[in-house]
Amino acid sequence: MVNRRYVVRRFALMLVSLFMVLSVLFVLFRLVPGDPMSTVMDPRMPPEAREMVAEQYGLNEPLYVQYALYMTNVVQGDFGISFYYQRPVFDIIWGRLSNTLALMLTAFVMSYAVGTYLGAHLGWIRGTARERVEMTIVLLIRSAPVFWVGMVMLYVFSFQLGWFPLGGMRSVDAQYANAFEKFLSPDFLYHLVIPVITLSLFYTGLPLLLMRNNLLEVLTEDYIDTARAKGLAERRIMIRHAARNAILPVVTAFAIAVGFSVGGQVLIEQVFSWPGLGREMVQASLRNDYPLAQATFFLLSVIVISMNFMADLAYSYLDPRVQIGGEE
Amino acid sequence: MSGESSESRAVEPTTTVETGWRRFFENLKRSTYKQAAIFSESKIAMVGMGILVFYFLVALLAPYLVPYEPFERIIADDGSWYSLESPTAAHPLGTTDSGYDVLSQLIMGSRVAMFVGLLGAFMVAVIGTTVGMVAGYYGGWVDETVMRVVDILYGLPFIPFVIVLATILGGSIWNIIFGIAMLYWLTTARVVRSEVLTLKERPYIEAAKAAGASDFRVMFYHILPNVIPLSALYAAIAVGYSITAEASISFLGFGDPNVSSWGVMLQRAFVTQEFTTAWWWSIPPGISITLVVFGAYMAGRGYEEIANPQLREP
Repeated sequence: MVNRRYVVRRFALMLVSLFMVLSVLFVLFRLVPGDPMSTVMDPRMPPEAREMVAEQYGLNEPLYVQYALYMTNVVQGDFGISFYYQRPVFDIIWGRLSNTLALMLTAFVMSYAVGTYLGAHLGWIRGTARERVEMTIVLLIRSAPVFWVGMVMLYVFSFQLGWFPLGGMRSVDAQYANAFEKFLSPDFLYHLVIPVITLSLFYTGLPLLLMRNNLLEVLTEDYIDTARAKGLAERRIMIRHAARNAILPVVTAFAIAVGFSVGGQVLIEQVFSWPGLGREMVQASLRNDYPLAQATFFLLSVIVISMNFMADLAYSYLDPRVQIGGEE
Repeated sequence: MSGESSESRAVEPTTTVETGWRRFFENLKRSTYKQAAIFSESKIAMVGMGILVFYFLVALLAPYLVPYEPFERIIADDGSWYSLESPTAAHPLGTTDSGYDVLSQLIMGSRVAMFVGLLGAFMVAVIGTTVGMVAGYYGGWVDETVMRVVDILYGLPFIPFVIVLATILGGSIWNIIFGIAMLYWLTTARVVRSEVLTLKERPYIEAAKAAGASDFRVMFYHILPNVIPLSALYAAIAVGYSITAEASISFLGFGDPNVSSWGVMLQRAFVTQEFTTAWWWSIPPGISITLVVFGAYMAGRGYEEIANPQLREP
C-alpha cells in the first residue's frame, strides 16, 4: 500500500531538515555579540573549568572542526551544561518534553475530533443564517491571540469563579511514583483542563475551516446526488458519503498545522506556567542560558519535523498516488 | 485555505500593441478593476475592509487622538500615582499599574500593529510571489530545489525561531519582521506556484513566447498581473498573522518594552498579575488584536468566496 521509494525519500528529507535546523542554530549562536565561548560557557566558571570546556567543545579549533564536533555531540545527545541549572541540558529537557507532549497531544486529539465534525456540520448547513452566525463566532475565536484567550480563561475560571488552579501542573504536595501515575492522577488532570481547552480552541480553527471547504467541494459530486436519490437519511449522507471523502486534505494540513501549533504551545505554557519545553525555552532565553535555549529550540523543531513526517506517511497510506513534488 | 483551487479570472491581453511598462500596467489595471468589482460584491469582505480602514485611520491620526502620552505618569492631586484606576470619564479605559492611561497606550499601539502588519504582509507578498512564480514558471530542477527548501523551512517553528533571534540580537521589532520575512511566505509561494503552473499552459503565454518574448518578460508582463490578486489575498491574511506574531513575541518578553504595542501592554498586565483584577487593562488590547486579525481574514476570505464560486454555490 505504501510506496517504499516515497517513504525513503521522505525520510531523507526529514534528516536533511534536522541537519539544516542544527546548522542554522550553529551559525546563529556564533553571532552572539562578544566572545563565541560565551554560548557554551558560563561566565562565572573558574578559568581552569573554562579551559576544560573549551577543550571539550573544541572552541580553540577552527570553525569547521567546531561544526563537526557540534554535530557529533548533538547526535550523541550532548547539548552541554545548562548555566542556570548547572546540570546536563539533556536531563532537563527530557522531562519537559513529556509535559509538553501530554498537553499538546491531548489538545490535538480533541480539536481534530471536534474540528472535523463542526467543519462538516458548517459545510452541510452552508448558506443558512445559522451558518453565518456560527462561522462568525468560529472566525472571531480563531482571530483572538491564544495567549490572551488564556488570560481571559484564567481571569474568569480561576480568579473570578475559583473553579480551577491558577497554573502549574500539580499541587504542591503531589508526589508520583512514575510518569504513568503522574499523567493519570486526578490532580494532574485537574490542572490540565483549562490549558487544554484554551489550546484546543486555538487548534480547532484549521481542521474546521478546511473540512468545511472540502465538504463544499465534495457536495458537488454525483455520488451525493445518487445517495439522495436512494433516499438515504441526510445525516447518513453527511457522515458516510460526504465527510469521509472530505477528510483527506485535513490530514495533510495537519503537517502544516504543527508548525504553527508549536508557537501556540509556547504561549500557552507561558500563560499557565506549564513546565514544558516552550516555557523552558522562553526562560532559558531570558536568562541567556544558551545551551538550554539551543536544545529546547532543537527539540521543538524535532517535534514539528517528525510530526510532518508522520502526517505525510499517513497521507501516502490513505492516498497511494502521492509522491514528493509530484502532485502535478 | 483553499486558495490552491481558486480559479482567478485570467486577464487575456488585448491585441493592440503596447509595449513595456504600459503593457504591464494595462494588464494590472484590468485585473485590479475586475478584482475590485468582485470585492465590492462581498459583504463580509467589505466589513473586514471597514475594520482595517478604521484601525488604519486611528494609527494614522494617533498623535492627535491620544489624550496623554503613552508613558506619561498620571499623578493624582495628593501626589500619589494614579495607578490601576478603573475607567472614569478622564480615563475611559482606566490606568495601568504605573499610572499610564490605557486608552492612550491602546491608540498608540495601533501604530505598531499597522506597521508590523502592513510591512509583514508586503514582505510575504513580494517574497512568496517571486519565489512561487520562478519555481512554477521554470519548473524542473529549479522548482524541485525551491520546493524542497520550502519543505525544510516548514520545519522551523516561527515563535521559537524569533525567540532565538531575540536571544542573540536583543529584543526589537525587527526580529519579528525578519522572522516573518524568513518563514511566513511559504504558503504564498506554494499557492502562487500552483497557479502559475496552470497559467503558463494558456495559449497567450505560448503566443508571447512564439513572438520572442524573454522569460523575464513573460513572467513580468503576462503572468504577474494574473497572480497579483492571489498574492493580495494571502497578503491580507498575513496582516493578521504578522500582528498576532508581534503581540505574541512581545507577550513573551522579547519585544521592545519602550514601544507601546498591544503585545507589550498584555505582557505588562500579565507579569504584574494585575490582569486578574484590572480587566480594563487586559481586555481592550486583546479585543483590538482580535478585530484587526478578524478584519484582515474577512477581507481575504470574502473576496475569495466571490472569486471562487465553488465555495459559494455547492
